Amino acid sequence: MPESRTPAVSMRNITKTFGDVVANHKVDLDIHRGEVLSLLGENGSGKTTLMNMLAGIYYPDEGEIFIDGNPVQISSPKDAFDHGIGMIHQHFKLVNVFTAAENIVLGMDEDVDGKHVGKGKLDIASPSKRIREICDMYGFDVNPDQKVYDMSVSQKQTVEIVKVLYRGADILILDEPTAVLTPQETEKLFNVLRNMREDGKAIIIITHKLHEVEAISDKVAILRKGEFIGELITKDTNAQEMTNMMVGREVKLNINRPEPKNVKPRLEVSGLTVRSSDGLLKLDDVSFTANTGEVLGIAGISGCGQKELLEAISGLQEIEKGDIFYIEDDGSKTSLIGVNPVEIENKGVALSFVPEDRLGMGLVANMDLSDNMMLRSFRHGKSIFTNRKTPKNLAQKVVNDLEVVTLGVSTPVRRLSGGNVQKVLVGREIERAPSVLLTAYAVRGLDINASYTIYDLINQQKERGVAVIFVGEDLDVLLELSDRILVLCGGKVSGIVDGRTADKNGVGLLMTQVGGEAVG
Amino acid sequence: MLSFLVTFLPRAVVQSIPLLLGCIGETLNEKSGSLNLGIPGVMYVGGISGVIGAFLYEQSAGENFNSVLGVIIPLVSCLIGSLLMGLLFCFLTVTLRANQNVTGLAMTTFGVGVGNFFGGSIIKLTGSEVPSIALAATSKAFKAKLPFAESMGSVGEVLFSYSFMTYVAIIIALITAYMLKKTRVGLELRAVGENPATADAAGININRYKYTWICIGCMIAGIGGIYYVLDYASGVWSNDAFGDRGWLAIALVIFSIWRPNWAALEALLFGGLYILYLYIPTGMDFAVKELYKMLPYLATILMLIAISLRNKHENQPPEGLGLPYFREDR
Repeated sequence: MPESRTPAVSMRNITKTFGDVVANHKVDLDIHRGEVLSLLGENGSGKTTLMNMLAGIYYPDEGEIFIDGNPVQISSPKDAFDHGIGMIHQHFKLVNVFTAAENIVLGMDEDVDGKHVGKGKLDIASPSKRIREICDMYGFDVNPDQKVYDMSVSQKQTVEIVKVLYRGADILILDEPTAVLTPQETEKLFNVLRNMREDGKAIIIITHKLHEVEAISDKVAILRKGEFIGELITKDTNAQEMTNMMVGREVKLNINRPEPKNVKPRLEVSGLTVRSSDGLLKLDDVSFTANTGEVLGIAGISGCGQKELLEAISGLQEIEKGDIFYIEDDGSKTSLIGVNPVEIENKGVALSFVPEDRLGMGLVANMDLSDNMMLRSFRHGKSIFTNRKTPKNLAQKVVNDLEVVTLGVSTPVRRLSGGNVQKVLVGREIERAPSVLLTAYAVRGLDINASYTIYDLINQQKERGVAVIFVGEDLDVLLELSDRILVLCGGKVSGIVDGRTADKNGVGLLMTQVGGEAVG
Repeated sequence: MLSFLVTFLPRAVVQSIPLLLGCIGETLNEKSGSLNLGIPGVMYVGGISGVIGAFLYEQSAGENFNSVLGVIIPLVSCLIGSLLMGLLFCFLTVTLRANQNVTGLAMTTFGVGVGNFFGGSIIKLTGSEVPSIALAATSKAFKAKLPFAESMGSVGEVLFSYSFMTYVAIIIALITAYMLKKTRVGLELRAVGENPATADAAGININRYKYTWICIGCMIAGIGGIYYVLDYASGVWSNDAFGDRGWLAIALVIFSIWRPNWAALEALLFGGLYILYLYIPTGMDFAVKELYKMLPYLATILMLIAISLRNKHENQPPEGLGLPYFREDR
């Protein structure tokens, strides 16, 4: 839509390719001062790449960038600062062993008064004073002398914001700033952003969460597969319209929950007690049964034992007390205690485990897709040579079935975007036709479409008669997807509720106090 | 006991300086994120380059040997030799992003080969009876002592009896430590080594920093090589005599926890431990000698255990150590 004001930033016809992958194709984008623009798109739709070109990390192959109507070349991060552009990256750009102040002044060749300074003696006192002033102005809480490794995630993010403000940026780019924040911290951040908008700054925020788009932004720009699809005024649109534009087709925004069929006990956990290596009680007398053809959701605030529970079941945790039984179709029980993951598999017990840290525990970043598939199959076969053909076909199948965006099955996994990495991991686990599927945060960092693909996969497994244990962080999703929800609180089972009848407040209460008031 | 110290300490000091210079060079490399295992080779090339310069000058000057030129020429040729090695390492690991470990190890093998080739060639040229080159005049120029040391008895012997290069080395250590800790260029260099992506986003030119400081580091390490020949060995070059001092210098980097000012003292400990076997009567028991030679490495292992147990962030190697950086890599 035409506007009379000159935009703070105009991007015209921007194209960027990485090898054969087109990350952005002829993208046009305008950002005005005093506005918050949300950049919306699926994983791998080129949002971050586009913004990195404004921040000087990447250089466009084609196209032009205008700042306040003047054409500019941004060929390095330094050029971006000079034009008043500051980006807060998704992965923080902070040196851990430096203090906040050292990180903030890093790379600057001007002192607090704007005078040029040499590479000589480092003055940290006057920048610290200026940092405190900025903090007072916007209500931040940053100690300039604190080391970054001592900071919480939200503190680190605050340092990043102060850093760009310190450099006098008036065009701010935030790449998925809320992905790592609690709801309270997010609200605090949004208040800061609103203050800055009042201040006349232009703000671009990349996010997957539609309710955040609605809460904070004035306009929404939508990218799909690297192309600019359109711009909407936030108050005139709704979640359904944004999703459809983002995905390119009609997407249903409610999760299916097929009725469980043929429900039989499959996994029986009784009195499970686990201690961490430093002696803390992580799971305390946990008992429950997971049934075939059913999704058992696990809810709880982070660190209340979900990870230990899944690891205990899959044989990665040492267990202090209690037992875990796998129940065969004919009702015979096999204990899984003291059995390593390979033996669990050999016994005919199939546990598929999607770890929380997908690149740390699930996949090897430098290996390609087929080799990562092979991590599950290399023990099969008798020849001393590995069978490469089956994993390759499997990788191809996962790519096709789950619509993984990749150059091919011989691309190293680290080159894939987060959502696609997740799909590869979940795809591999499901392809093993498990009888018990354990997933932890299966949709973390995924866009809406990819999340729904994963929910569908989980439901397919459930209909196949798999016992699914789904550890999730989004209560709404847990309530829509799970048949039963087990709520953990400080390592104890706080309650097991029916997913169809439970309400959000009740589960929330159970998460914070054992038994809750609703039940107790 | 006192007389033992007066004879032992000066030898330990002279022994420690090549280690210290190598350590400062490697520390600068590592602070820029480069695990340069080519430092032993760089020191070796630095040594032979200096020897070549000194040899040519001694041959051409003959009777008219000028002490100032006799110091400057070997130093400059040493710096050029080690600079070339530094540039080679930079080109391979920074520009071409080759694996640092492989490149470094190859450069050590290469450097020792280059040194032995030229060393052997010069020995052949001189037609000497023994397989070594003696550079008496140059060494004498290098070992010029402080004039007042003689008059101060054993204090003078222990503190002031060394060649000027010894004091230069300690001053380099102190300047490097100050540079790393207190200056803007030091902050930026450390940022490059810790987290190149962060430094890049902060507008720091990563490749320029790496090239500059790897080369400066290599030149400092190279001086260690020439110091060994002209000071410690009194101007006698024999092939392979430099031994494993290059590796000891790298061990010293860890032992000093990447702090050149600490390294100045700890080099003395390393140097002392390294030659202790010469001063302990072990008779003909070579096995025991070898056990003594192990001591510096044992000390390094103990230090590694200590810093790993304490697990203090400041005492860890730079986070980006050994990793190539490419901005558009994903």
